[in-house]
Amino acid sequence: MAKYNLNINGVKRSVELDPTTPILWVLRDHLNMPGTKFGCGIAQCGACTIHLNGMAIRSCQLPVSAVGNQEITTIEGLSENGDHPVQEAWIEHDVAQCGYCQTGQIMTAAALLKNNPKPSDEDIQATMSGNICRCGTYLRIKEAIKTAAAK
Amino acid sequence: MEKVTNKYDRRSFLKSSALAGGGLMLSFSFLTGFKRSDGSSDASGLNEGWKELVGYIQISSDNVIKLICPNPEFGQNVMTSLPMILAEELDVNWEDVLVEMGPHDNVKLGPQFTGGSNSVRMYWRPLRNAGASARQMLIKAAAQTWGVAASEIKTNQGILSHGSGKEANYGEMAALAAKLPVPKDVKNKDVQNFSIVGNSKKNVEGLKVVTGKPLFGMDYRVEGMKIAMIQHPPAFGMKLKSFDASQTLKMSGIQEVFSFKLYEDDFEQGGFDTRTFNELIAIVGNSTWEVMNARKKLKVQWEAAGELKQTINGRGGKTEMIIPGRLETTANQYEMMAEQAKKPARQLRKDGDPETAFKNAAQILERTYNAPFLAHNCMEPMNFFAHVEADKALVAGPIQAPGWMEPTLSKLLNLPPEKIEIQMTRMGGGFGRRAYAQYAYEAALISQKVKAPVKLIYTREDDMTYGIYRPMYTATYRAALDENKNLIGFHVKGGGIPESPIHENRFPAGAIDNYLAESFEIPSNITIGAFRAPRSNFNAAAEQSFLDELAEMMGKDPIEMRLELLDRASKNPVGERNDYDPKRYAGVLQLLKEKANWKGPKEGNVSRGVAAYFCHNSYAGHVVDMINKDGEPYVEKVTSAVDCGVVVNPDAAANMVQGAVVDGIGNAFYGGLRHQNGVSEQSNFDKYRMIRHHEAPQNIDVHFVKSEVDPTGLGEPPFPPVFAAVANALYQNTGRRHYNQPFMTEPSSI
Ligand code: FES
Ligand code: FES
Repeated sequence: MAKYNLNINGVKRSVELDPTTPILWVLRDHLNMPGTKFGCGIAQCGACTIHLNGMAIRSCQLPVSAVGNQEITTIEGLSENGDHPVQEAWIEHDVAQCGYCQTGQIMTAAALLKNNPKPSDEDIQATMSGNICRCGTYLRIKEAIKTAAAK
Repeated sequence: MEKVTNKYDRRSFLKSSALAGGGLMLSFSFLTGFKRSDGSSDASGLNEGWKELVGYIQISSDNVIKLICPNPEFGQNVMTSLPMILAEELDVNWEDVLVEMGPHDNVKLGPQFTGGSNSVRMYWRPLRNAGASARQMLIKAAAQTWGVAASEIKTNQGILSHGSGKEANYGEMAALAAKLPVPKDVKNKDVQNFSIVGNSKKNVEGLKVVTGKPLFGMDYRVEGMKIAMIQHPPAFGMKLKSFDASQTLKMSGIQEVFSFKLYEDDFEQGGFDTRTFNELIAIVGNSTWEVMNARKKLKVQWEAAGELKQTINGRGGKTEMIIPGRLETTANQYEMMAEQAKKPARQLRKDGDPETAFKNAAQILERTYNAPFLAHNCMEPMNFFAHVEADKALVAGPIQAPGWMEPTLSKLLNLPPEKIEIQMTRMGGGFGRRAYAQYAYEAALISQKVKAPVKLIYTREDDMTYGIYRPMYTATYRAALDENKNLIGFHVKGGGIPESPIHENRFPAGAIDNYLAESFEIPSNITIGAFRAPRSNFNAAAEQSFLDELAEMMGKDPIEMRLELLDRASKNPVGERNDYDPKRYAGVLQLLKEKANWKGPKEGNVSRGVAAYFCHNSYAGHVVDMINKDGEPYVEKVTSAVDCGVVVNPDAAANMVQGAVVDGIGNAFYGGLRHQNGVSEQSNFDKYRMIRHHEAPQNIDVHFVKSEVDPTGLGEPPFPPVFAAVANALYQNTGRRHYNQPFMTEPSSI
């Protein structure tokens, strides 16, 4: 057990737990922030994607002990009211089917656009191929990213 | 105007709402299901004075209109499409309604089963009647209040008005309307006058999804809840011998470890109470990570389970089944199917004299198709919450068939059904998997044992290796041609582990004079169940590939050849029990031909494959355009045509078809679960290949046949024909026919 002060969505949060605990479970179990999803636990599906200093990473692979005071952003902190351009584009294209993968998809897409505001189709494909959507919404994800990029 | 008789009686509504209790509607998960259509606010604080007009509609005195979705949502968009049907007949502005997921209450809300592409089909009439009934009750209330004739009152988007200038909103009349009897006969709107149904509406939970609100079973949480995991045997055909939990119990946050039986040995299972493993170990603790780690410290001894006898009391009556004890390996499974296929099989249908037709044939085409077990791999792994107390229980989580789990839960917990509250959360996918509730039973039994609220979580590995899989299938098709290449005989013999795929009354039955369908099963301890379009997902793949090869042998265009057969089935059908309507089937092919601009299977460097199929009362077909990308076959574009009757929510329906296409390509190319001595060879997405973003088509162009026929299925029908359209394009692309799924790693052991 160890104590950590985390910087999550601009807020300091203290937790005391096993240092190996992945941030995914810190968020879900200890901080009651369930927007970050569990899909595989082995960095294969992207459902658990968050931003660490603005970069999209898989939170199931990030132990709490490795975070320090780096900035974590989760889906809950991406925007105040769901009005981030990527979220708005997701609604415009009615992307979701079951919706379970979508917060991870959105976090990956938001990081992509931050670093590459006008991505090509190839850029989108290469970046998004780490996020599985079992419902097969890939086409709408691509269209939504293009819409968000145009804003 | 259509006139229909309302089957629902007011007394049952009232009785059950008293049972359900007022507080139920706004308990945790339903509160989060609440939403104004602009997404702006929650409904907390709005729960004052709801008046229930019919089971699905509540209106408050301040004119908030709440529509209750009866069926669990797993991505097929019923939480939007079912309330749209209600709103249409109630005559309200869609932007003004709240939509809420209903509680489990079969008396009040109907069968509440999500599966079999049935939601819209099953609820189309009841919800139209409910909406029309509520509208009629509001009109009657206004008539009484104003002292005018009901026939003189009009409604317009939630406003009642009378020629004298009197006007009121629905809220003002709700209290009185709720006291009136539900009318026996109501008039439904004409389809041509629909203003909500047939116009695309956005997912009512869209904003909640993109902001990560706690919608799913995985997100369900109550104060003091424990986390539980199970340890199941490592192989199908094994069982628990003994275990040592001493190391596990030393780990931090661990409360209890124990073994438990899901069902007693002589338990009579319901049709969907699949029994994969008889005995499991539960690990209960404070947090997911602690329980995950502690589970790894268990020392368990397993032994061969041997042959098992099971009694199943399902829809087809009571059956006794002997489950073999062998530890299965994929290569042997294919051998077993091939062996069994040589033996005599059960005849399902025979028309004319197929033996003679084959004896006299100038040419015979014979091909065998095989497909593996498939794991559902819902994105949200199985999980369930349960709080079982001495005299009552609350269970909540992702479930497709709450009504089917209730009787079993009642027996397992020894509690009467009315003491068991079932809440349905949004599901992170279902695809058939969540019609089998063993994970919910496990959660309930664990909660009962530890006397605390518990959430059972499967890891991805648990989910993939403790599955209810799509069965393994094989089918051999034979066609007999005379010297003029006329099709004079057709024979299909299919089987599977442990279930046969054959639908004997489907196309091309009815189109060929001499026809024979036969079937066989090979029992297994690998548990199976419904997987998006059960059986059809294989039959379509095999049959539609076979027809493509047959058309080539007959020197015909694959679409024309199908249309000729359908024409025959329409004008002069063989036999009386043909499931499909040949005209609607042909309609889909014609629409497809036009929209895909079909001229033949090869256009420049594009290879085209076509297939169409009927299942779940709907018709669907695709043209797949394949090219090579980075040296691999790649489906760049798909054109789809579907006839599912009236389309309730067109854009969401298109999304569903696009998803089915992507799912079909993924499973056709990569899907398959293999076994080695009963052990699943794949347990996570590193080895079980799922289709990914860059492998999905650039474009999927979806067209619906314009129709006024009552809606039929949509979640499943577009899925089965994808496999064959892909296989047929692959043939054009590589010059080689593909008979064994998955096509990209065609099993060498067959
Ligand atoms: S849960 Fe982290 S990548 Fe799948
Ligand atoms: S929307 Fe269901 S997994 Fe992506």
